[in-house]
Amino acid sequence: MTMRGKVAVAGVGETKYYKHGQSPDPEFKLALEAVLNACKHAGINPREIDGFSSYSNDRSTSTRLAAALGLEDVGVSMMQWEGGGGGNAGAVANAAAAINAGMAKCVVVLRSLAQGQFGRFGLFPVNTVSDWRAFEAPWGLLSPAQMFAAKMMRFMHDHGVQQSTMRSVALAAYRHAQNNPRAVMYGRQLDEEKYDNSRWIAEPFHLYDCCQENDGAAAMILVPAERAKDLPNKACYVLAGGTGIDYRSSAWAGNTPDYGSSNFNHLARRLYEMSGIAPGDVDVCQGYENFTGGVVMGMVEFGFCKPDEANEFFTVENLTVGGKLPINTSGGNLAECYMHGFGLLNEGARQIMGQSCNQVENANVVAMIGGPMVAPISACIFGSEDTL
Amino acid sequence: MSTSYLNPGAPIPIPQVDGLDKPYWDGLRQEKLMVQRCNACGKHQWAPEWICHHCLSFDVGYVEIKPEAVIYSWERNWHPPHPALKDQGPYLVILVEFPEADNIRMYGNLLGDPMQDVKIGSKLTGVYEHHEDTDPPYSLIQWKLA
Ligand SMILES: [Zn+2]
Repeated sequence: MTMRGKVAVAGVGETKYYKHGQSPDPEFKLALEAVLNACKHAGINPREIDGFSSYSNDRSTSTRLAAALGLEDVGVSMMQWEGGGGGNAGAVANAAAAINAGMAKCVVVLRSLAQGQFGRFGLFPVNTVSDWRAFEAPWGLLSPAQMFAAKMMRFMHDHGVQQSTMRSVALAAYRHAQNNPRAVMYGRQLDEEKYDNSRWIAEPFHLYDCCQENDGAAAMILVPAERAKDLPNKACYVLAGGTGIDYRSSAWAGNTPDYGSSNFNHLARRLYEMSGIAPGDVDVCQGYENFTGGVVMGMVEFGFCKPDEANEFFTVENLTVGGKLPINTSGGNLAECYMHGFGLLNEGARQIMGQSCNQVENANVVAMIGGPMVAPISACIFGSEDTL
Repeated sequence: MSTSYLNPGAPIPIPQVDGLDKPYWDGLRQEKLMVQRCNACGKHQWAPEWICHHCLSFDVGYVEIKPEAVIYSWERNWHPPHPALKDQGPYLVILVEFPEADNIRMYGNLLGDPMQDVKIGSKLTGVYEHHEDTDPPYSLIQWKLA
């Protein structure tokens, strides 16, 4: 009774992606544009929408969207509870679960961000702190990069993992972005020297290990599998999806027992069981880079290589199209756009539909690893008709 | 000369309104390191919570522990996300672990040269750092190599 193969991505869409603060349009208008673009791509009348699913407390609410779009009867309004951008794949999983349960027939998953309008994530303007922040901020542990750097440092220490693994994740994303006109870093190359010489943000993270901050919006339309068969795109089936809070992974002040981790160990196992897929079946991986180290840890936890093989596995050749396991084929959060991982979701669907700007040949299974090192984390697995 | 590791103006900790972590912050003011220990099962727990995650007893109290720890992980921060740290330069944040208190952990700063080599597993001794000129005043525990 799982969702395996019961729900399909019918279409995906986005606005133009901007550097943060540069969108000429307000955030809510961006959200509407992304929804309409996704409907158009899916071949679906926007009036058919009967559900909304989002994450990270998106400000473009389901009520405002429903009123603005003149929707007749919205049955599902879902917000992934906590985890910030890490809930990107969770929002897809929740939407698929609702459709599989018969609660809705056409759910939009979306994320919209205009940081010029609402302020940036990476700044810390407050002068007093309580709760979990009181155990971090007084010692200068303030930004997301700083909150996660020591996790990667411990992972590197435990397994002898080198900086080159993270560099390869960054270089692969930039290489893929050069074929993606939507990418904010289209036309801007990154090579080893530029990475190595870039400034430290929080060791072990260089500048190029950190996601951008961007403006824009993106959306995805999910429908029951049988409906997808009548629609123009090759169907992209949801084979598995979910969220996870590992044992004490949300404990404050660094008290997660498995600290040097991105906390996917349980969720990865659950999704492989739900999907019937094994790590070796995965053709493409879209891994959320808030920071590259999280992608390295997440891919290890998804079983694509063992921790002590990471230095050999994480090469640009292996991670780009034509290699062992291409990742972030649209440029990802680093080089396409940091729409809180939504570009990765849309790209995962495009790979299955055969519509990627960096198409992987015979891409039948895509693993979408949501935001790592947060709690809850989330992930899902997409498959083609051949996988059913 | 500043007596604090970070430049003045870093965020001030305010105890939780429900009082859960007040014994910790009050303890630091008196140069005592107070952490939770469960009265039912005897295990230490950090950060504080209203229940013991080991045995689910609500009978959780505070005890003083020795300010002796080891480096569990670390990072050197360069990019200041807070205006007060604009001219700070690089600084070391460490995650310290207390082997004698059921391996609970806390973040802190490693005193000394911010460019020093940092080794996971190094033994540490706590140093109390008082901020008297802030509103409200508060104290932190910092760490030097033992
Ligand atoms: Zn107990």
